[in-house]
Amino acid sequence: MNKIKRALGIIWLLLAPAVIYFLVDRAILHIDPAGKKDINNPVIWVIIIGIFTPIAIGLVIFGWYAFRGAYDHLPTKSDELDT
Amino acid sequence: MNETASNSFNIRKVIAASSVGTMIEWYDFYIFGMLSTTISAQFFPKGNPTAALLSTLAIFAAGFIVRPFGALVFGRLGDIIGRKYTFLLTLILMGGSTFLIGCVPSYESIGIAAPLLVLLLRLLQGLALGGEYGGAATYVAEHAPANKRGYYTSWIQTTATLGLFVALGVILLVKSNMPDARFNAEWGGWRYPFWISILLVGISIYIRLKMKESPMFSKLKAEGNTSVNPIKESFRHKGNFKMVLLALFGAVMGQGVIWYTGQFYAQNFLETKCFIGFEQSRTIMLWAIAFATPFFVFWGWLSDKIGRKWIMLMGMLLAIVTYRPIFNTFLKETNVVEWQKNNSVQPGVPKIVEDAIKSDRLVTTTTRVTLSNGSSFTEIKTDTAFSNPGQPAHQPHSTYKDKHLSPGTYWKFVALVFLLIVYVTMVYGPIAAFLVEMFPTKIRYTSMSLPYHIGNGVFGGLVPFIGLLLTTSFPADPLVGLWYPIGIAALCLLIGTIYLTNKIDKNVDD
Repeated sequence: MNKIKRALGIIWLLLAPAVIYFLVDRAILHIDPAGKKDINNPVIWVIIIGIFTPIAIGLVIFGWYAFRGAYDHLPTKSDELDT
Repeated sequence: MNETASNSFNIRKVIAASSVGTMIEWYDFYIFGMLSTTISAQFFPKGNPTAALLSTLAIFAAGFIVRPFGALVFGRLGDIIGRKYTFLLTLILMGGSTFLIGCVPSYESIGIAAPLLVLLLRLLQGLALGGEYGGAATYVAEHAPANKRGYYTSWIQTTATLGLFVALGVILLVKSNMPDARFNAEWGGWRYPFWISILLVGISIYIRLKMKESPMFSKLKAEGNTSVNPIKESFRHKGNFKMVLLALFGAVMGQGVIWYTGQFYAQNFLETKCFIGFEQSRTIMLWAIAFATPFFVFWGWLSDKIGRKWIMLMGMLLAIVTYRPIFNTFLKETNVVEWQKNNSVQPGVPKIVEDAIKSDRLVTTTTRVTLSNGSSFTEIKTDTAFSNPGQPAHQPHSTYKDKHLSPGTYWKFVALVFLLIVYVTMVYGPIAAFLVEMFPTKIRYTSMSLPYHIGNGVFGGLVPFIGLLLTTSFPADPLVGLWYPIGIAALCLLIGTIYLTNKIDKNVDD
């Protein structure tokens, strides 16, 4: 199981930039000052990409931790979380 | 009274005080969204770009940015000064903001100050909501015995759905007791749900003031072991931060989308895709919520026996497998062409309106049609009457709205929405105990609040927007919007299955 956990870490690492690329790509496609839908509104896209970027960075870190075996053993006592 | 009975009475008081306050906070947060059409008309007039920008910020920033920020601000406070006073503060902030939204004069009366004030108050609401849940869940969990932590905290989990239930009920009650014009007037009935909040919050503050601080936090404080910098300890210590990330990507992210899809996307789908009338779409939700709410407590109780992980992941799996068939049934069963094939039709008196377009006329015929099985709908047929008789004729265009379901279909829809909410109860019922057990007492409030509000506020809150994005990109499939919650839930299911443990942490007193 630990091997699978580590191998999947690479997928989480790659997934995060792919999500941001997808969002930026869709934003460029849909932003339209003349449009009336939410999807055409640049402010919404700025908010969404702005909030998703740190989440994607979190996913990269999660993938990196998984790849490096940080989830091979989950802590059972709070002392283990202080490291 | 013996000690066991006294403890049992105390924990019931703790649960009641925490749950009522949290339920009221959810009520306060929801009524703004549910009355958004009226609020837009009063505060954010169309055609004014500044008001439109403020409206966008009020709707999106409150959920996406301010909620997680509130989790950090109040989580930190709760880990430093204590749970009791922090979630008392969030309650006062939420209740005060909600009441004041109901007191802001309209744009017509005070101009741009109106949307600015509403935006400010809405952001305060988001901030308060971000701080409330973590406090209430932590407070109850830290009072609960190890073998009943899931059961007791599941009462807190009912509050988000009960808040929705009360908000739906109050708005329906006010709206049904006055004509639309009075409800939507500047100082009309739409303000009552906001004013009612101050009364509810007052009662809840009184109850919460009588409560004592959490015993675990009190012990930590007495020993001088509280955290000096909870944010740093939560997110800069790798050992804890990796658990924050695991909580977010392995549990809360999937929970957020299922929670939002079951409760809000479903209602919106019934209204805007199936065109079911206002009253029926709301009562379907009310019945389904009423029947499904006890399951929060059931799954919480069961999680104490068999662990939290598999109940939550099973809820995600069921949602992934059944979302498309359920929503497809909603569409199929509201197809009026099929209704008319199987039932005898009694058309009402048509109302005809003609608009001149150059030399031609646009004829709009509105007819209320009743069918033999008890269902009915309004058909709006538009046709062009050409002034030139030689112009080739074309098929008139028909749209249908205000559909009224037959009793059989109505209860079938209640059952299907009930199923959607049962999935919500599976992922949401055990999650407070699950999160509490992941983190140590001294940074628990901060560590569990942030992933919770990113999962619910951001991943859950994006369900309608990403749904719209997908619908715009792939217009041929009316159910394409469901791929977002399905995809996120599937990713979360995979991460949760592989990385999470099902072990219940008996000792959270460390």
